[in-house]
Amino acid sequence: MSDLFTLSVLMGIIVSGIRLATPYLFAAIGETFAQTSGVLNLGVEGIMLMGAFSGFYIASTTGSLWLGLLTAAVVGILMGLLMALVSVTLQAEQGISGIGLSLFGLGLSSLLFEKTIVSVVAISGFQPIRIPILGNIPYIGDALFDHSILVYAAFLLVPLSIYVLNHTPIGLKIRAVGQNPQAADSLGISVAKIRYLTVSFGGMMAGIAGASLSLALIDLFQENMTNGMGYIAVALVYFGGWNPLGVLGGSLLFSFVNAFQLWLQVKGVQIPSNIALMMPYVLTIVALAFAANRARQPTALDKPFERGES
Amino acid sequence: MSETVANNGHKKLQEVQMVGIVKRFPGVLANDHVDFDVHAGEIHALLGENGAGKSTLMRQLYGLYRPDEGKILINGQERLFYSPEDAIEAGIGMIHQHFMLVPSLTVTENVALGLKSTRLFALDLDKVERRIVDLSEQYGLKIDPKAYIWQLAVGEQQRVEIVKALYRGADLLILDEPTAVLTPQEVEDLFKTLHQMAQVGHTLIFISHKLYEVLSISSRITVLRDGRVVGSRPTEGATRASLAQMMVGRPIIQQYDRPAVVAGEMCLDIQDIYTKSDRGGDALKGVSLSVHAGEILGLAGVSGNGQRELAECLGGLRPVRQGKVILNGKDVTRASPRERIAAGQSYIPEERMREGAIKEFSVADNFVLEDHGKSPYARGIFLNLNAIRSQARSVIDAYNVKTPSLDTPLKNLSGGNIQKLILARELSRHPKVLVASQPTRGVDIGATEYIHLRLLEQRQTGTATLLISEDLDEIRALSDRIAVIYEGKIMGIVYNSETTLEQLGLMMAGVTEK
Repeated sequence: MSDLFTLSVLMGIIVSGIRLATPYLFAAIGETFAQTSGVLNLGVEGIMLMGAFSGFYIASTTGSLWLGLLTAAVVGILMGLLMALVSVTLQAEQGISGIGLSLFGLGLSSLLFEKTIVSVVAISGFQPIRIPILGNIPYIGDALFDHSILVYAAFLLVPLSIYVLNHTPIGLKIRAVGQNPQAADSLGISVAKIRYLTVSFGGMMAGIAGASLSLALIDLFQENMTNGMGYIAVALVYFGGWNPLGVLGGSLLFSFVNAFQLWLQVKGVQIPSNIALMMPYVLTIVALAFAANRARQPTALDKPFERGES
Repeated sequence: MSETVANNGHKKLQEVQMVGIVKRFPGVLANDHVDFDVHAGEIHALLGENGAGKSTLMRQLYGLYRPDEGKILINGQERLFYSPEDAIEAGIGMIHQHFMLVPSLTVTENVALGLKSTRLFALDLDKVERRIVDLSEQYGLKIDPKAYIWQLAVGEQQRVEIVKALYRGADLLILDEPTAVLTPQEVEDLFKTLHQMAQVGHTLIFISHKLYEVLSISSRITVLRDGRVVGSRPTEGATRASLAQMMVGRPIIQQYDRPAVVAGEMCLDIQDIYTKSDRGGDALKGVSLSVHAGEILGLAGVSGNGQRELAECLGGLRPVRQGKVILNGKDVTRASPRERIAAGQSYIPEERMREGAIKEFSVADNFVLEDHGKSPYARGIFLNLNAIRSQARSVIDAYNVKTPSLDTPLKNLSGGNIQKLILARELSRHPKVLVASQPTRGVDIGATEYIHLRLLEQRQTGTATLLISEDLDEIRALSDRIAVIYEGKIMGIVYNSETTLEQLGLMMAGVTEK
């Protein structure tokens, strides 16, 4: 067991942890926008699956990865709009409609898979791009600057979303709508419009998150290939305290533990594989229980808005 | 920055007319052909009971609702408002009863919310801040633009609301019950600001149901009752009695009879209690009060200073962290609500719909919520429906609760009638101690008067009453002694007959006399 923690092993875990964080980052940052505006979208899982399938299908039939990615984004937006219709316009219970959307995505993606692709085949996905100069730094270059375009995009999303949420008029509106929709409404801000916008943006990000699996990380599509990642992404938003930086920390922590347990299994360390598989999830629950910072929680989260006597 | 041009391009608002306004809600005719007009430089009071249709009327002027019939004229021209945005553009601002502020944002962010930024992508908060400082100096509205709303006292939050409206170029300000949450001194400051604004040509509409306020601030008064205009007249020459008559439709009692009662033994003794607030920290920091038989002890204070927590502690709904509560000689500090009821305490909670009653249940079921397990309402494990109905019927008649039947779901009753039912339930148990928290909040004048008379009647029969209220008039009308609570501490206890409004106001603001 002396070679358990050599430098190269550690680097390996970091590289794969960063890769694995990608879908969580896309989905959780998108969900952060939706939740900040007051909509809890539990349908992320289903949207990811549809994104993964549609992206893969279009990419494998047309041969264009970019077209596949675009399709996944569009499918994500459409499913986000569906969620917004049900939860914002029709004011349905958000948790329940989200679960419905997840099951819908799971069923539809499986059905379409059986009718179109049938068997599991791999494609050649987005390839790693080594960034000049930075990529040549020993260790750090391999860990941080030799990834596919989607990995870079996911990480760039973090500072971008911090800027948008905190320093732009639209970000101010999103926060206001999630904290006090009546106040926003009284200033002529359309609560519904903002929520449609954030939920469909969240949908788009979830679609891309799915595509990042089927087009960049695993390079194939399987039924239920997300296997709960969408729900973890929702949990990461709580974990991160509705702050993109916190979401980044949570995503990285979760994926590092995941990478670590994968490596343990590959190494043949004597622990049952089920226990190893559980590790990241157990960690998430424990971390959620302790780290929950409710101070930033949008007051109007999960509450449909109706203009009326206040 | 001259006044007329600084606004968002609209012509200065000189005159608003609302003609033949009709607004219906399911089952209610909220506004029934209402005519209303107001001119620049005027402070126009809109007076009426809860549910008379005042807020509904103003929400239409502010674009939150659209009238079913009738029209709105601004400077003589008909205008249609589809949203508050349109009203804001026409120079109308509204200060809502519940402030429309986002607590987690700063003053500046709240003001900038919904406005176009002068920059391409980023917010221009620095510019907004400078303009806020200008405005607050111009109108004597002291605020710190960098503070977060949650850090501000209620009076400060109201100033933010006013600045927010002025920033948007409001010539006309609608203030919906603006004094409900203020101390007497803050009310004075607000009135000063309003007079100042009227002098420079702003138009002010002041919604209220408090007669003396309306008399002291307004230049003209329009009275609404049951959705209709009862009358509109200059304030000069109006009296409390004449306005009350217009508002309620009959004369009301100006002052209650409060015959002297010799206070008896100590029934409720609260000894130095502490309790946590919902947000952490202590909501009560060593509160001591004692209430004697035949006495009403009024607890005054501005909303949110620990009144709700104290009531919940006494009701057995919130744990007491430290200190003791003695009820009729028995230590009930950790007793359950049921044990307190058994020890002779009745409790009228602040949130009647959440803690005092079950709104989906029928009137009769609500009546036996506490005693359904006892004879005569129960026989063994069964409910004795006949006994429940006959007892409920007689109490409902005795307390004048207006309900179509005993089986009517409670939610279909008016606030005043629900409160009377709760009062009937609690008082028919002949309690030795009564804890009444905001017993007349949101209740119309008629029912308020009735509830007050019943409370005084209980006092005659030797009940020890702790009356917790944010309505200083109510406290003064009923109490023998008055305690003032501020930030979880009792600032002082005074005899009602020996105190003044100024003294109470200072204590409510946390000022101790030295």
